[in-house]
Amino acid sequence: MILTKTQAILTLIALAAALASPALAQDNDPNGGVLWDLPVELHGFYEMRAGYRLRNDKHEKDMSIMENRLQLELSTFTEWADFKGKGDIVGDLVEEQGDFDLREAYMFTVPRDYMDVKIGRQILTWGTGDLIFINDLFPKDWQSFFIGRDPEYLKAPSDAAKVSFFTKAGNLDIVYTPQFDPDRFLSGRRLSYWNSSLGRLAGQDAIIHTDKPDRWFRDSEIAARLYKTVGSYELALYGYRGFWKSPAGLNSTRSQAVFPDLNVYGASIRGTVGKGIGNLEAGYYDSADDRSGKNPLINNSEIRYLAGYSQEIGKDFTMGLQYYVEHMLNYSEHKKNIPVGLERDRQRRLITVRLTKLLMKQDLACSVFTYFSPTDEDVYMRPNVRYKASDNLTLEVGGNIFFGEHPDTFFGQFRNNTNIYTAVRYSF
Amino acid sequence: MRIELVTKLLLVLGLSLPAFGQEKPKSTLPSVEQIVNRANLAAYYQAKDGKAKVKMTITNKKGQKRYREFIILRKDIKDGGDQKYYVFFLKPADVRKMVFMVHKHSDLKKGDDRWLYLPSLDLVKRIAAGDKRTSFVGSDFLYEDVSGRSLEEDTHEVIETTDEFFVVKNVPKKADTVEFSYYNVSIDRKTYMPMKMEYYDKNDKVYRTIESAKVEIIQGFPTVVKSIVSDLKTGGKTVMEFSDIKYDIDLKDVFSERYLRRPPREARR
Repeated sequence: MILTKTQAILTLIALAAALASPALAQDNDPNGGVLWDLPVELHGFYEMRAGYRLRNDKHEKDMSIMENRLQLELSTFTEWADFKGKGDIVGDLVEEQGDFDLREAYMFTVPRDYMDVKIGRQILTWGTGDLIFINDLFPKDWQSFFIGRDPEYLKAPSDAAKVSFFTKAGNLDIVYTPQFDPDRFLSGRRLSYWNSSLGRLAGQDAIIHTDKPDRWFRDSEIAARLYKTVGSYELALYGYRGFWKSPAGLNSTRSQAVFPDLNVYGASIRGTVGKGIGNLEAGYYDSADDRSGKNPLINNSEIRYLAGYSQEIGKDFTMGLQYYVEHMLNYSEHKKNIPVGLERDRQRRLITVRLTKLLMKQDLACSVFTYFSPTDEDVYMRPNVRYKASDNLTLEVGGNIFFGEHPDTFFGQFRNNTNIYTAVRYSF
Repeated sequence: MRIELVTKLLLVLGLSLPAFGQEKPKSTLPSVEQIVNRANLAAYYQAKDGKAKVKMTITNKKGQKRYREFIILRKDIKDGGDQKYYVFFLKPADVRKMVFMVHKHSDLKKGDDRWLYLPSLDLVKRIAAGDKRTSFVGSDFLYEDVSGRSLEEDTHEVIETTDEFFVVKNVPKKADTVEFSYYNVSIDRKTYMPMKMEYYDKNDKVYRTIESAKVEIIQGFPTVVKSIVSDLKTGGKTVMEFSDIKYDIDLKDVFSERYLRRPPREARR
């Protein structure tokens, strides 16, 4: 399914580029040109990455990551449009398979002074959180994040059309995804997790099977953002209509995980506060398949909000702090309807701390990002050291460290996945 | 009467009498405020906007070299006042297409607004204004060398006037916020271009210099096309070379989130 979609997108982009080229060729080349006459740029990197689990995990392999990756990026432009294709060829020794991951393949054009259009496979991001997402409901790849791939892989691509309008009164982005793009969620394939049906930690022995909404145009997603900058403050309103991006419920026979309907309405502000940057963001998660909160198989509606602040606290030394809350809305219904012992806390609170220090003329970057939940009593730490040995060569070591009091909390369930990794990347 | 008229005309044209070859009376020398103001305009505010391609060669004590290449767009909101900068990275490969944007505020109470755009994540990041005397992209140039140091942060005094230069000594008003105890700038008397800056440490020793190694007239504007900073303490050196310089290019307001996510034509072609 994914492959056919990839092929379809590649074909469309090639067609669009081919259609675009004759007009240009007439200007430049009397012999009549084809695609090859376009000014094409090729860039990318080659990377080797290896990582091991630090704790025994009977549900997963000891190797947490072991892969070779070649990323190629091709871009070109004509008078009226830009084209970009970016894909990774991956040799994955953990899953013992080769893979092609098409990350971007889009056409970008400016049909009017006040309008931008981007169509195709693209990475999309908005919102103000740092590694916390409230109103950004574009697909994430948590598996890549936890096994130690580069942070760029936390964002999974969307197959979408993004139309943006720019006016003095404000700017509007509308993203339409004709077929639901879920997260590359945690399925048990690479990371062990808490399986509530089994009541224990599980992994490859209990891969999560899902019933994913996948009808074109009927199971679509639409996301919008209205934003404006006033002085040095960035204000935004958000809306989303689609589905929970990771499994958020079970079907009635409890055999498959499902992605229930979800609508989100939110707002954010970001700007200068004292010597640093402050941000506030909130979102109302309307779990449309269980508005009353009575269905124990489907996630309840929630309010999510965060406050963040970052500041330089020394030379080339920055600190970022965030406080984040997920607040369940129909908690009494949730408690009433769920079997005793399985109920969740009303609130999940999270504190994050980011510390980044640059050394050796910024060639050496040391950072730690820590999530700590006082309600779940769990911790997730992401230490990372990156050294630029030359303009092209980067060496990296890092870890994904999980602690938890309980095996069923969000980070606590991953304790046996604690891993360290190292990588070498040559960019060109 | 004739002379008065000519004088008036010359004043309007912005020329000064000594150009006529008359005996130079001391009182016609510009004041130190005039000198530093004109030097600030010459170094950072030529024309109303402009673009350039910048190549940086960073050499460390051992002779190892690193390269940076970027396109820089600038637009002045007010001469000598607020400005907007847009930096589009071309090299090295791992930062290609990254964008760094600054809304510079001349009001000292107001920190600059800075953004960074990371294309692989489509992420618009706001960065805290922070210390302006930290390295710009790992080079020996500091943020402040690239976008200018506010004149209000120092007291200024002309310590020497030669046939070619005014030498101005600049002493920081808040000594604890900077690493130098003072710096001297040699300003070209004709173009008002700062040609050499020497930074002195607490022991009155020069430890850092910036030289305008090559100045060209571009569209009528004297322009530094090669600048060299030497760090005498670390033995490091960075050469910054400018090419494809264009002034008054009628830049639209490309200094917004729209153009962070999608670099303007001026930055790409």
